[in-house]
Amino acid sequence: MIIGLDVGGTHTDVVLLDKHGLVNEIKVHTDATNLFKTVLDGLEKITLGVNPKDIRRIVLSTTLTTNSIIQGKSPEVGMIVSSGPGIDPMLFRTNRHYYPVAGSIDHRGRRIEAIDHHEIKAVGDILKKEGVRHVGIVGKFSARNPSHELEIRRILRGQFEEFFLGHRVSGNLNFQRRVATTFFNAAVYPIHKKFFLAVRRSLDQQGMNIPIQILKADGGTMNFRSSIGFPGQTIFSGPAASIMGATAFAPKGEDVLVFDIGGTTTDMAILIDQAPLLDPLGIELGGYKTLIRSLKSKSIGVGGDSVIRVINGKITVGPDREGFAMVYGGSTPTPTDALAVMGKLEDGDTEKAFSGFQAIASALGVSVEKAAEMVFDHACRQILTEAEAMVVEINSKPVYTVHELQEGYQVKPKKIMVLGGPAPYFADYLEKISAYQVKPVPRWKVANAIGAALARTTCEVTLFADTERGILTSPEEKFKKNINADFSREKAIKIAYDLLRNKAMETGADEEDLELELLEDQQFNMVRGFHTTGKNIRIKAQVKPGLIHRYHSVVEKLSE
Amino acid sequence: MLQAKRKTGLVFFPAFDWAIDPTHPEREERLLYTQDQVLEEGIFDIEGITEFKPDLVTINDVNRVHFCVPDGWHVMTESHFISAGGAKTIGMAVLEKKVECGFALVRPPGHHAMRVVHGARGFCNVNIEAIMVEFLRAAYGVGKVAIVDTDCHHGDGTQDIYWHDPNTLFISLHQDGRTLYPGSGFTNEIGGPNAAGTTLNIPLPPYTSDEGFLYTIENVVLPILDDFKPDLIINSAGQDNHYSDPITNMNFSAKGYAQLTEMLKADIAVLEGGYSIEGALPYVNTGIILAMAGIDYSNIREPDFDPEKIRQSSQVTEAIKEVGKAVLENWRNREQLKDRMQKAASGRFSERMRRIYYDTAGITEFQKEKIRICRDCGGALKIDTSADTGSKVLAVHIPIDACSACIEQGRQWYEEAGSDRFQKAYLQNRPKDKYYVKELFQR
Ligand SMILES: [Zn+2]
Ligand SMILES: [Zn+2]
Ligand SMILES: [Zn+2]
Repeated sequence: MIIGLDVGGTHTDVVLLDKHGLVNEIKVHTDATNLFKTVLDGLEKITLGVNPKDIRRIVLSTTLTTNSIIQGKSPEVGMIVSSGPGIDPMLFRTNRHYYPVAGSIDHRGRRIEAIDHHEIKAVGDILKKEGVRHVGIVGKFSARNPSHELEIRRILRGQFEEFFLGHRVSGNLNFQRRVATTFFNAAVYPIHKKFFLAVRRSLDQQGMNIPIQILKADGGTMNFRSSIGFPGQTIFSGPAASIMGATAFAPKGEDVLVFDIGGTTTDMAILIDQAPLLDPLGIELGGYKTLIRSLKSKSIGVGGDSVIRVINGKITVGPDREGFAMVYGGSTPTPTDALAVMGKLEDGDTEKAFSGFQAIASALGVSVEKAAEMVFDHACRQILTEAEAMVVEINSKPVYTVHELQEGYQVKPKKIMVLGGPAPYFADYLEKISAYQVKPVPRWKVANAIGAALARTTCEVTLFADTERGILTSPEEKFKKNINADFSREKAIKIAYDLLRNKAMETGADEEDLELELLEDQQFNMVRGFHTTGKNIRIKAQVKPGLIHRYHSVVEKLSE
Repeated sequence: MLQAKRKTGLVFFPAFDWAIDPTHPEREERLLYTQDQVLEEGIFDIEGITEFKPDLVTINDVNRVHFCVPDGWHVMTESHFISAGGAKTIGMAVLEKKVECGFALVRPPGHHAMRVVHGARGFCNVNIEAIMVEFLRAAYGVGKVAIVDTDCHHGDGTQDIYWHDPNTLFISLHQDGRTLYPGSGFTNEIGGPNAAGTTLNIPLPPYTSDEGFLYTIENVVLPILDDFKPDLIINSAGQDNHYSDPITNMNFSAKGYAQLTEMLKADIAVLEGGYSIEGALPYVNTGIILAMAGIDYSNIREPDFDPEKIRQSSQVTEAIKEVGKAVLENWRNREQLKDRMQKAASGRFSERMRRIYYDTAGITEFQKEKIRICRDCGGALKIDTSADTGSKVLAVHIPIDACSACIEQGRQWYEEAGSDRFQKAYLQNRPKDKYYVKELFQR
């Protein structure tokens, strides 16, 4: 059996699945001030009467790291950045203890200017004085050559509790994002580690010696051990859980839009042949762009509890929220109240919704029922418009080869899947006003927890070969080898897959879920003075996000 | 958070799967390290910088500018449709005010492509700036345009296309033609009799450094632009003036290029040449983009930059001042020069004969060009062209603002063309934005 747990803003969903389907599903209240208690509460209730030995896997999706970053409640972190020439690194400043230092590496990974040991020691002394215990070290082009980052750590070794090196967060180029990502990892490291150690200990005490997997923003999982150094990967796992929940039921070979309609926002994403579309670079959080792999998703300020206004005879929905809908005890009318007026809700105080819609109806000069319909219509159309804008944006993403420009894949969804809520009403109405085929995701109330439970372990590997310099390297994987002039692309691909397979197994993948694919596969002849002097090879491979194979049968059962 | 002061559009199309041939300077690898640098610097993440996917140009866009022999499909590759399309995309974004300015970082380049195209010249097949400019004129009614070519080679293709156009000011800065391909671009090349002075050439001596380039921009180019008052300034932003360029002899730096960009304030920049793909392009392009966007570029520097090593000699400085003087004199005297040229033309027409060599394609072309002397428009233009490929065609151009007499003259030339002398006749009727082809069958 497996457990999926997804912490949401107001409640936490937990499911228990076995080969025959959904064994149990529960909701517990989310205590934002005590997520540990929330998670344990959920796990305890779902395992009531279950033999711990029957549970193979637990996947957790929490808001722990996201909240910690948004609220800025992280402990002091020291950042040492070595950029060399280019945009002033002070513009990328992440926090108070931020120190640009000498040293420069160029685009091919050649050392241009050395690290200044005296300077590093001096910065180390200042950081210690400032009470910093965790230090991020980031160099420009460290994804090509990490030696300067390693050198800085060597100089400071023993003086700080933990180091976070920029080249380990991603093989992608983008100095500013590398700085932000490294900072996030360092900043949430203590709270993440403490939290999951506590969960681990507590499970062990209950005799549940089960591996814990943590959901990431890309809709994949990683085990607790490998998450310790990279806790930033777990930010924004909530939307990922929902999207993976839809993935379970998505049609094969088709493009599908997924809407997760929550209280404050609607999150939207795209599935292509049952796999979520990923963001090419990474997530953006708290004003910082990062290299954290994530689903390509868009969040708009239209949800069930969005505030409705009538301005100059025109309806607006959101982007703000003022607590619950009136039907559930709130004080401002919302799209959920519109549903109540339309008689689509089973619970709540419908009278309240009616009285709330009175003002809207008179501002619009129509009946209360008509006003509710107009508001619901407006909210649905706004969601559709934004979704279509997202598709346009995805399709207009620049490409860099003639081949891609001519034959590049264009996303053309004809279907929409809705979860959150209440999904069936939204689905019906969206289908009525559009040309899409719209369906609620089966088990839409807990699809997010199901998504977490069934998500497979994912990761990515970037490999870079430069035969002119005789170097094969993947700094992110601590991999470096000397190569000869006859090194080939085929060899590079094989090595990249080997590295990827190892990484996946180490981070908790199941052998049978290693669906590997190439994301980048390029080879350039390097010509100097009309002679070919080498090859420049770039390979990027990933474990494709998706669901674990072992539970395919579950999905079929759940769809019934 | 880093924010652009000027909203800037970028088209980046490195054509990673296209080359003239595997070891040619114009090959797949050319923008590879520029891509690395631009990605690592996070240029596309900057607030106010927008990356656009290039549109493709249409054959109609090409036919507004060129007479392709036998036709556009034979002259263009997919890559040319995209690189010209990249320039067009930026032009549209600027004209539609999606951005204030933009840079098309595309390849292959275009400034050696002339009005008649029998094949590839100087790594260029079609002129991507001219295709963009004439599209913008047709679609948005843009009037006066200035094109400042800062590639190290003389922009002889662009010069040829705008030789007779008084509404397009073409200024080319380049290494002296006595020392570099294509061997033209001297100060006495100032345009045809209807457009004297709106072509200006500034041949700079080898080893001109930042000082000389920026002096010329400030003291020659900017005052002329102020006088001309263009609706749009285009920069043919070749980067082969760089001190590390393998095929030229100049001493310009990345920071110098950025300063030039800041001074010129072009609405649209289009990448031209530049073959120091590791030592220059990554830094020059980053500098140009930051300067366009109004972001501090003072920390952009090549790894081996040494201002002492590239400092220009006092002889170079003097030579540059002399050239500048000559150019400014031509500009101030342009009306007299025009009068003199028109009077010198025997009767109503002016003619010139030319032999044009296509180094990339290995083709030799012979042209006989005839322009109607006109005070009211750019003048009807007729080109009788043959090449050693066996092609022999007549090309007639009626300018976009043509007077009725020139429209009539153009039509007449086109109609008169017979199979006795030509295989085909072409007519660019720009006032109608139409392109006509007449197949003539040999007896
Ligand atoms: Zn030039
Ligand atoms: Zn050039
Ligand atoms: Zn005329």
